[in-house]
Amino acid sequence: MSNLKFKIIEGTRSAALSIFAHGFRSFLTTLGIIIGVASVIAVVSVVQGFSANITQQFDGMGTNVLNVESYTPRKERLQGVRAKLTYDDYLEIKYRVPGVSNVTPTVRMWGSNAVITYRGQSSSSMIVGTASTYQKLNTVYPERGRFFNLSDDKSRRRVAVLGPSIMSKLDIKGDPIGQHVAVSGEWFKVIGIAEKRGKLFGFDQDDFILLPFSTTRALLGGAEEPDITISLQVDEPSQLEQVKQHIKNLLRRNHKLSKGTDDDFEIATADQMLDTFDEIVGSTTLVLGGIVGISLLVGGIGIMNIMLVSVTERTREIGIQKALGATRFDILLQFLIEAVFLCLLGGLIGLILGFGAGSLISNLTGLPSATVPAWAIVLSFGFSGGIGLIFGIIPAAKAANLDPIDALRYE
Amino acid sequence: MSKQTIIELRGIAKHYMMGSEGFYALDGIDLDIYLNDYMAVVGSSGSGKSTLMNLLGCLDLPTAGEYKLKGTDVATLDETSLAGIRNREIGFIFQNFNLLPRATALQNVMQPLIYRGIALAERKQRAQDALAMVGLQDRMTHVPNQLSGGQRQRVAIARALVTEPAILLADEPTGNLDSSTTVEIMALFDQLHSDGQTLIVVTHEQEIAERCHRVITLKDGRLMSDQANKVPVKPLVSGVAAHV
Repeated sequence: MSNLKFKIIEGTRSAALSIFAHGFRSFLTTLGIIIGVASVIAVVSVVQGFSANITQQFDGMGTNVLNVESYTPRKERLQGVRAKLTYDDYLEIKYRVPGVSNVTPTVRMWGSNAVITYRGQSSSSMIVGTASTYQKLNTVYPERGRFFNLSDDKSRRRVAVLGPSIMSKLDIKGDPIGQHVAVSGEWFKVIGIAEKRGKLFGFDQDDFILLPFSTTRALLGGAEEPDITISLQVDEPSQLEQVKQHIKNLLRRNHKLSKGTDDDFEIATADQMLDTFDEIVGSTTLVLGGIVGISLLVGGIGIMNIMLVSVTERTREIGIQKALGATRFDILLQFLIEAVFLCLLGGLIGLILGFGAGSLISNLTGLPSATVPAWAIVLSFGFSGGIGLIFGIIPAAKAANLDPIDALRYE
Repeated sequence: MSKQTIIELRGIAKHYMMGSEGFYALDGIDLDIYLNDYMAVVGSSGSGKSTLMNLLGCLDLPTAGEYKLKGTDVATLDETSLAGIRNREIGFIFQNFNLLPRATALQNVMQPLIYRGIALAERKQRAQDALAMVGLQDRMTHVPNQLSGGQRQRVAIARALVTEPAILLADEPTGNLDSSTTVEIMALFDQLHSDGQTLIVVTHEQEIAERCHRVITLKDGRLMSDQANKVPVKPLVSGVAAHV
């Protein structure tokens, strides 16, 4: 066993010698591995950093927050039926369900309703009508000015809190607080600017305008009741299931759903949203991992190819080594170690490049900072080494089985 | 005084197939080689010199006959044991030196000791000693293409000697060298012989053969003659002393 250890140490020494003797060629040989590992690490670090950040956000939100949304099954949606949560539903929940607080209605305006204007500049954005309690549930803090309060909502004041991106979108110069922007043709006074959140998968999280809920309802007019989302906080986390059941019964009665029909709404906890999110991250990582796996495979074939050339090129050296007393196993081990060493080196370079690329991407896109989990490091090294082993075995066996006399005569 | 036998060849034959025709590269060689022999193997090309060399060096096995090296029948050994024999008992010296091109003189000489499992520090010490013995103590960090032909061959000799082999097998050792370097190398061989080393030199140069103490002649794979030279022989070229 100590003999094998000795041989491995000597093999590594000679592999290093041979790899650095042809530095540039070794680099090109292992480029496939470098790129493969770098892309794994870049992708994983960005996704993981992002995921860690999201988890943190959900943690801030607490596990005791419930979101109630309307839900229309696909089939019915195709038939033109649309389920709806209404202001009445909101009031029912707010006043009839015990053990909840910060019950917040939210209505979103899209498309032609969401045109915003400021001094001749026109654009569109996501318009969110919500109550003052929205701030507590979603941890939105104004960077400047203030969030709207209960009285803004009660007296239907025309005030707005802008996402920071709106500033540049509408080219607002100077202090925005106190200025007026038009939403859907009506003028609103800017009372606050929200904190910057950055981009998420290319979506600007700062492109929104928050309006008081009552004002937004009035803006939409009484023609059609808008579909709203209701968020609320459960005071006692242990009461979560009871509260859910209570809301469910209430809404079913309110919507006049007969026994046996499905709910036309969904009640989701932050935990469930987190689970869904984790699932998305997991499958994204898996798909990307698969693609990268293929690129590592191609890299491995590249390594095998160059190793085979290298064996031919060094036929005479192998003959000399055999004449000096190298056994088949010595030669096999030497080439195998060389392949593995080359791949591990590629893996290391790839790791550094990948982390660099991940950090760069995070910085440029405003995503949370990249983190490389330990499993990704272990996996990419393991994979690189494994590829060296698998694709090194054929060239190494070819070298080991050379006939010493033929090898010595090889020109 | 009875001489100690190192190598015993009995009825050694090597048969090759060339297409559909077979021929004997060696055909019934009987030969004993003794401790501290200084033997030349001569013969025209195709006479079987190189084949004999490969067999003696355990790079190849005979198709018939018996080869005993220090009493061990080589035919009974597997590939790994043959590698061990090449490592411990045989020192090869080739016409084209066969040094590892990327390795320094020192690394080249250390190489066979790796296969013997000797630790780095001792390996280095022994390789330095061997290089000093052939007069290359100040060329240790040079790679082969920074060395002259004579220096390369001396590195090869140091590499062959560093394992303290039972026999030194030199295949046309001076074939690629000019005449004055040839003299140097042969003087080195003389020195090794007088230190007790067993040497076998394959050559087609009459001057080299005359230098050895025993000459065997091969022709068409058969042993034609086995003669002792009258020693000491005359110097190859005048002024040898200046080179030694």
